[in-house]
This record gives sequence, structure tokens and C-alpha cells, in this order.
Amino acid sequence: MLDPDSGLSLTIARIVRRLQGSSLHSQLERQARVSLHKPEIKLESLKEDIKDFLKTSGWEKKLQNAVYSELNVFPSPCHPAAPPEHMKEPLAYMRKAQRPASEQKELLNKWNEMGTDEPDLSLFRPVYAPKDFLEVLMNLRNPNYENGEQPSFRNHLGLIQVPLKVKDIPELKEDFSELGLNTGQLGIDDSAQVPPEFFENEHVRVGQKVLAEQDSAAAQQYVRQGCPTALRADLWALILNISNQPEDILYYEQLKSNVIQYDLLVDSLIYKDVKLTASNDDYYFVFEDYLYQVLLCFSRDTSVLEHFTYSSATPPKSYIRGKLGIEEYAVFYPPNGVIPFHGFSMYVAPLCFLYHEPSKLYQIFREMYVRFFFRLHSISSHPSGIVSLCLLFETLLQTHLPQLFYHLREIGAQPLRISFKWMVRAFSGYLATDQLLLLWDRILGYNSLEILAVLAAAVFAFRAVNLMEVTSLAAAEAVLADLSTLKVMPLLQIFLFATVT
Amino acid sequence: MSGAAGPGRAPLPCAARAAAALQLPGGAEAARPGVAVIDLRFPRGGAADVHEIVFKNFYTAFLSVRVQRAGPPGPRRWVTCLRDHRLMPSPHTEEGSQDYFSLRHHQMLCDMEQVTALRFILRQPSPAWLHFSIEELQSPQKDFPSWLSQLTPPEQPASPHGELPDPEKVSTEVQQMWVLTEVIRARQAAARIGRFDVDGCYDVNLLSYT
Repeated sequence: MLDPDSGLSLTIARIVRRLQGSSLHSQLERQARVSLHKPEIKLESLKEDIKDFLKTSGWEKKLQNAVYSELNVFPSPCHPAAPPEHMKEPLAYMRKAQRPASEQKELLNKWNEMGTDEPDLSLFRPVYAPKDFLEVLMNLRNPNYENGEQPSFRNHLGLIQVPLKVKDIPELKEDFSELGLNTGQLGIDDSAQVPPEFFENEHVRVGQKVLAEQDSAAAQQYVRQGCPTALRADLWALILNISNQPEDILYYEQLKSNVIQYDLLVDSLIYKDVKLTASNDDYYFVFEDYLYQVLLCFSRDTSVLEHFTYSSATPPKSYIRGKLGIEEYAVFYPPNGVIPFHGFSMYVAPLCFLYHEPSKLYQIFREMYVRFFFRLHSISSHPSGIVSLCLLFETLLQTHLPQLFYHLREIGAQPLRISFKWMVRAFSGYLATDQLLLLWDRILGYNSLEILAVLAAAVFAFRAVNLMEVTSLAAAEAVLADLSTLKVMPLLQIFLFATVT
Repeated sequence: MSGAAGPGRAPLPCAARAAAALQLPGGAEAARPGVAVIDLRFPRGGAADVHEIVFKNFYTAFLSVRVQRAGPPGPRRWVTCLRDHRLMPSPHTEEGSQDYFSLRHHQMLCDMEQVTALRFILRQPSPAWLHFSIEELQSPQKDFPSWLSQLTPPEQPASPHGELPDPEKVSTEVQQMWVLTEVIRARQAAARIGRFDVDGCYDVNLLSYT
């Protein structure tokens, strides 16, 4: 634990180091130099005048947005004595539980089956599916935790047996206070029966003002009540601090030329995944080409490797033949360090509704991945990590629907087996697209994925009556198979604020 | 128990013993009392100033620290310098369980000068954990040797002519400039320059795997 002063100066030093040398830095310098020609800049008070100029011309706002985005993405600095792997993941047994090398070897063995010209897709199967990942999570154990044989308060009734701290409903109510019954929400207060003068018009006006101000922090606060469809693309870009500068477009073009020139084995995995998931989906099949463009470039983008400094996972490494073990000949494979699993393309598909320009779509997806989605398929103790989300879901269900939880457990249908696939994909492909985008508004607004677990519990609460009557896992899955008619915001509001405990 | 020395840090130069759990006298089977004690004593009755204590937690919930100070001969009293410092916000769950902590001078209730012995009292009230302890105990020492503080102060030079600038002021400003240039030179930018070339080759035939 750091005391506040040294923690603050460490944070400042880290942010300065990251922003120094970036394109924003050189732009600010150029602006400051250009401003010297202006008449209002006087030599005696040079520093203050330039600072005022930067403030009025909107450059200070850009700097504020960049600092805010750094604060959001990177965790607070650790104690100086802590080694770097401690910053990625403080718990030793979770560090050891990363995906085993056997799956990485399996990927390699498929090389021999690869066709020369076109990938023969029938020989490939996905590296792993969410089901397999759930098995790994179920077997996570803390060696220092007493998992005795007798049932006691220490043995969790659900599938996850790791004692992480999760929030309960009073804490969630406080965290998600903007979703309360007395606050207007898009998704509830913009339905046809409610006249728009009550909430919707004013909300849109505020949204346009936020966009005019170009303030990231204000946009993040605004989006908690939902985003009007017309403003959503720009507001998300503002929150993620994506400005689509010429050098970003150039970077994307460079990645595109890498796709054309070089072939990678993961390309086949991506083709297969897109064909199996997004192309079969009623909402997303039209975006098939966009998905290829984004995902093939994504797997060659080495800047994604930066997120491994705060992710608990490590990218798989391989060595040039004959130079096993020599670090200079080690390469990360795939170049971005992320092996796509079954359903990976569903992270990109909803974004295709918002962005039509491939380079901007690519950057938005990349930023969303390194901020949020990577936590959904790596093992960590972070409150937004998939382990905590699963535990939060099971705890909420046990606490507030104990009869349902007991019944499902008795018939062999552990609730997490059904809801895991929803959470791993952030509900993409299960909800209707407009509802999904309202949900992702809140993920961006609160900078956390906990809302996914709350929504999963709310769905179970909604269908509780039907679920109490089923007698097998297959029947339970059938009750919960179709979520496309659900409205997300009323469910969340009722579960958090209107359920009598 | 004293652990490896990190940069600029010296392990506590004393004989350490492993954490001893509290036992009731005459107890038949080993109970798990939830309280453990670690005693550290400086060898050969030496004493030192303790400015900071750094350690890694392992599932301890609360920590108390008591010190024995060099003083008049006779029975020495233990003085509490830290009482029930909370390390894990929620003892049944994992938060804070394997984190690194620093205890500084200003958090202590008493002076930490000329300390001869330290006693760490660890408490873990939750029965969920099999073992609890603290690891990698270190005490960074301020590293200027003692002879430096015994230098005689320089004689005051005769006051210069009134028109010359004050040498103190000039030297501070020059020092500040020097520090600034050193800092700028040493700082490495962490932002990507954005090289657009692909180095290395991902030709399938070249790669092998362990």
C-alpha cells in the first residue's frame, strides 16, 4: 500500500512518461510554437500566455482527455517492492493457472495439416470454446483456502470456488446509482408511450453539448444514462479517446498491407470463427467482410502487446527453428499475442453498426479490447475479470433467488453453466442489437464489466417462474435460449432497485 | 525470513524466527488460534533506527507491532507502535491477501529510534485460511554513513562586496537547472514511435516450438 503522496507522484511520473513523445505531445509543441506569432503572447509572461492560448483553443481539453484515458486504462501503481508480475496479477495461484502449454502445442500441430493455397477449413476446429474455459475456472483452487469435505460456509454452492470479494446489492445500488428509478434512462424513458419532452429531448441536447465540448470525462458520465443513436458513434470515440488522425489511418493501411503480403495460421481460425458465428446471425451476417478486415489486421497488430503489462495473461512465445531458448530469436505468435477463441468475432460485430470507416472501426475495436474484452477470457482476480463476474453472478442469484438456485442445482443445471457463455461474449449475439448497444453504453460509462453479471442474474430473475418448473439442464437451457426479446434497462432497474429483499 | 535485499534496501540485520502460533498451555491437539507472533532481535544487543518496514503479506488480516528500545538497564518494556493495522479489508476474501505493504515512520505511535527488538503480532480471525504469515520483511536504511554527520561546519566566508549576487541564490538556481537537465536526459519516453516496418519473419517453416 502506498501512502497518497508518493502514489500520486508515481502516477504523474508514469503518465508523463507515456504521453511524452506521443503525437499529442508534438502537436502541442507545434501549436505552442505557432502561437508565438500571435499578438497577445508577450515575452514577459510567455509561459502564462501560452497556457491561456492552449486552454482557449481546445488543446488543453485534448490533453485532459489523454490523461483521463491513461488513468482509466492503467491500474494504480504498485508498491515499489512489488515485482512486475505482481502488478499484473497479485495472487500467485492465479498466475500459475494460465492456459496450459498443451493448447498452444495443439495449435502448432495443426501446421502440418495446412493447405498451401487456401485454408482447408474442415481440418480446423476452434482452439477452445467457452465451455472449456469454464472447466478451467471451475478447477481454480487456492491452496491456502480450507476446502474441507464437510459442507460449510467455505464451500461455495456454485461452480466457482475462489473466495474473491464481490459486491452485494446495496453496494451495486450505490455504484450504479444513475440507473435508479428516479433518473431518466434511454431504453426506458424513450419508449413510444412516453412523450419526448419529459426526458429524451433534453438528454439529446445535453449530449450535443458534451460533444461540442469534447470532454472525455463528461462523456463518460453522460453515457451512463444511455446514448442517443445518432450521437453514439462520436461519443464512444470521445470516451475511448480515438481521434482518427492521419497517422492512425496510415497505421491501419500498413496492417492491411501486412495481411495481403503475409499469411498467418490464425487467419484460418478467424475465417472459421466468422463463418460459424457472425455469418449465421440474423443481425450481423451483412458485416462479414468488415469482420475479416478488422480481425485479420488485429492479429498482426503488435501494439496490442502493450496491454499485457496490466493483463494477467502472457502472450505465447515461439522460437525460430534451431534457436530454441535463445531470447533474441523469440517471437510472439500470433503477433498481437491473442489467440482467438470460438466466438471472438462477436466482439466486433455490434461495432459495425456504428462505424463504417474500416480504420476507425478497427481502432475502436482495438481500444475496447485492450480496455474491457481481454478480461473476459483471461484468469485474474480483477473485479471486472471473468472469475469475479462469475462469482458475482452466483452470489447475487444465491442471495436473492435462493429457491431458484437450489432447485436448479438439484436438477443438475448449475446456473453458471447457462449464463457463462452470455458473459464471456458480453451478451453479443444473444440480445437484440439496440439493447446490446444500450448495455455497452453502460460498460463504457462505468468503466467496468460488472453490469454483465447483474444482467445475467436479472434475466434469471425474470424467467424464474418458468425455471422453477423445469426438470433438466436441457429444459433450463431451452427456457433461456432466446433472449432477443428482452429489454435490458427495465430488467436491470427492477433487479437492482425494485426487488423486495 | 529476512529475505533478499532489494536495491537501496538492507534486510533487517537481526536473527529472525518463523512465526510462532499462540497455543494454550496443556492443549491436546494443535488448534488454529488465528494469532501468530514473529520476534526480531538485533544481534549482540545492537540497536538501530527503524525508518520504514516493508513486507509482503500472506493472508494476515491485522498487524500490530511492538518495539523494545535501548534505554536504562533493567527490565525493558514493550511499547506498542502500531495497533491492529488492517491489511485485508475483508478477512474472508482475497483482497489484500498477497500485497506488498510499507509501514512508515509517521504511521507509528512512538519513536522508532535505537530499537533493539521488534515483535510482529499477526491476527487472522477468519477460519477459511490454512496458513497466514508475512514474508520478505525488510527495513530500508537511510544510506548516509554516520561519519558524514560529524563533519565540522565550514567557516563562514567574509561577506562579499554588495554588488555581487548572493552566492546562495545563484548556487540554488544553478542546481535546479542541473537537476532539470539531468531529469530530462534520463527520462525515456514510453510512447510508441510508430515504426511501420515488420521486423522478423513469420514464415511457417522457420518456427518450432518447445
